[in-house]
Amino acid sequence: MKICVCIKQVPGSSKVDIDERTGVLKRSGAEAKLNPYDLYTVETALRIKEMLKGTTVTVTALSMGPPQAKEALEEAYMMGADVMVLMSDRRFAGSDCLATSYALSQGIEYLGGFDLVITGKQTTDGDTAQVGPELAEMLGMPSVANVAKVLSAGKDSLTVEYDMPESVNVAKIALPCLISVDKGRYSPRLPSYRRKRDMADAPFLTLTADMLHDKDASHYGLDGSPTQVERIFPPEASNDRTLFKGSAEEAADFIYKGLSAEKLV
Amino acid sequence: MARLVVHSELIDDFEELAALCPFGAIVMGPKGATVDERCRMCLVCTKRSEGRITLEEDTKGPAEGWDGIAVFAETEGGRLHPVGLELLGKAAEMAARSRQKVLAVAVGHGLEDAAEELRHYGTARVVLYDDPAFADYRVDSYTSALFDFVRRYRPGTVLVGATPLGRSLAPRLAARLRTGLTADCTVLDMLEDGSLIQTRPAFGGNIMATIKTPAHRPQMATVRYKVMDMPARRAKVTGEIIRASVTDRMRGSGIEVLEVRPKEKVVDLTEADAIVVAGRGLKSQADMALIGRLADALNAQVAATRPLIEAGWQDPRRQIGLSGRTVKPRLIITCGVSGSVQFAAGMRGSGKIVAINSDANASIFDIAHLGIVGDLYEVVPRLTDMIEDGRAI
Repeated sequence: MKICVCIKQVPGSSKVDIDERTGVLKRSGAEAKLNPYDLYTVETALRIKEMLKGTTVTVTALSMGPPQAKEALEEAYMMGADVMVLMSDRRFAGSDCLATSYALSQGIEYLGGFDLVITGKQTTDGDTAQVGPELAEMLGMPSVANVAKVLSAGKDSLTVEYDMPESVNVAKIALPCLISVDKGRYSPRLPSYRRKRDMADAPFLTLTADMLHDKDASHYGLDGSPTQVERIFPPEASNDRTLFKGSAEEAADFIYKGLSAEKLV
Repeated sequence: MARLVVHSELIDDFEELAALCPFGAIVMGPKGATVDERCRMCLVCTKRSEGRITLEEDTKGPAEGWDGIAVFAETEGGRLHPVGLELLGKAAEMAARSRQKVLAVAVGHGLEDAAEELRHYGTARVVLYDDPAFADYRVDSYTSALFDFVRRYRPGTVLVGATPLGRSLAPRLAARLRTGLTADCTVLDMLEDGSLIQTRPAFGGNIMATIKTPAHRPQMATVRYKVMDMPARRAKVTGEIIRASVTDRMRGSGIEVLEVRPKEKVVDLTEADAIVVAGRGLKSQADMALIGRLADALNAQVAATRPLIEAGWQDPRRQIGLSGRTVKPRLIITCGVSGSVQFAAGMRGSGKIVAINSDANASIFDIAHLGIVGDLYEVVPRLTDMIEDGRAI
């Protein structure tokens, strides 16, 4: 079975400031890390590989981003992924969800396709949870989100347990398919020191737009993105607010009177 | 929406071209070869036909031929999810400004009652994809139904509730339509020309971004439950109910739901009138009792912030914030919550926000109506006593 895990490098902290005068984003520090949800993505792939012991299973970690995003792939490799592929090209910059999933689908086609594609629940920077389902659609694969556990993996199908608001469901999905995994039952393993030491020999490939089947630059990056950011601004602060400092007795009294006045107690 | 264009003049062998499509959608029509409704936009044909079939953007003015605001009315077991009604309220407001109609579309089985109810919210049309095959949610077949809806009615805007179902369905639909989708919008507005102005938190909520979809239709957005106001139910019904014909192609799915195990019923935070939230200012899990006592006195629900949920101090269903629930109670009291913007995004719509925190610089005080700089261990028990006694000091 060929498994592809789609992972992303995200800013180490979500703290950002806006220069009030120029409206330009000031990103604090260059600290970056593997999207925390993706630890579960990689772990799920490795669990499936263990379930299928005795058959050939390869786990390819795929990411898109600037050259430094290779660090995220290395983390996946240290956990046990077999191959690292980074889609890195200035033409991919500024992609929204649709352009990102399109580029990933092209990368997956370049790599010869997969039986199973796994994504995380969402990233901590974009928080959209859209790239997984969009990628599945681009690849023409059935998809299931909020997967908590893989119950069994066969030649033609995968049986998974997933979370819905009112129920826990079990479904059989025909391969090839895509699953988005939640922080479910699997706790991610730690990176292996030995694999870290052998990193120099690890299979690593960089993909640029020229290597893809669709080389039309207008399908990628900012040009290939239907959504466009018009404006960014800091979240507003409420203005009808009172800040109270005093003894605990006075504070409790202050709250109580405030609530009684509005019939909230 | 992008579409496939068949360049008939380049075709030498039609059968060979038709064989490229895994879904048999390349057919000979009266005006030559064309792509019919079986097309899944997999784009295999554009890759293998050497230019005979290409993907083209709609280049005539982006909004031309696209009219109306459609709301996906999510149902479960035939029951409407209230987020759909909230979106209909927003849609009606925007439709009035841009002189458009509001459409509701539902996919499921046994939708009669839901459809009747939708007519009380100002819809010009309620379109139903009602079939036993839609009884269980399967994202691929629901996508096919909604894709059919968009192709038939060509709404300029499609709004979907950002529920777990909507958050997986909307992106698939957007991808099949090759259009833009903005997740978790907190503010929606519409210009007179029908352009949708979408505002959402970005970078974990530390900034807000206003996003447009200038050249693609439909414009798509998801909105969380309780972000928009619930509109008043109108006594008079409007519009018609249309039962769309459901084809085998829509029913087709690679997913077979084997088991649906209902979860133990817990009170839904999003329905609570009053909530008391515990944050990192709490020193131990045992101290949750303090919060529980205040909540009991107020007849409120207990909730927690992400660090406490991750520490296992509370059921994850009681988490408030971007990765938890969005709530809009009449009263919310936060205890020892610093107020990260992810958290604030999940509760800033609350009627009355009371914050107790020992750090005067905590960002929770930016959104709290009543801010208390003080030790929750001292303030909370006293407040609880007062509420229990029904009197101030």
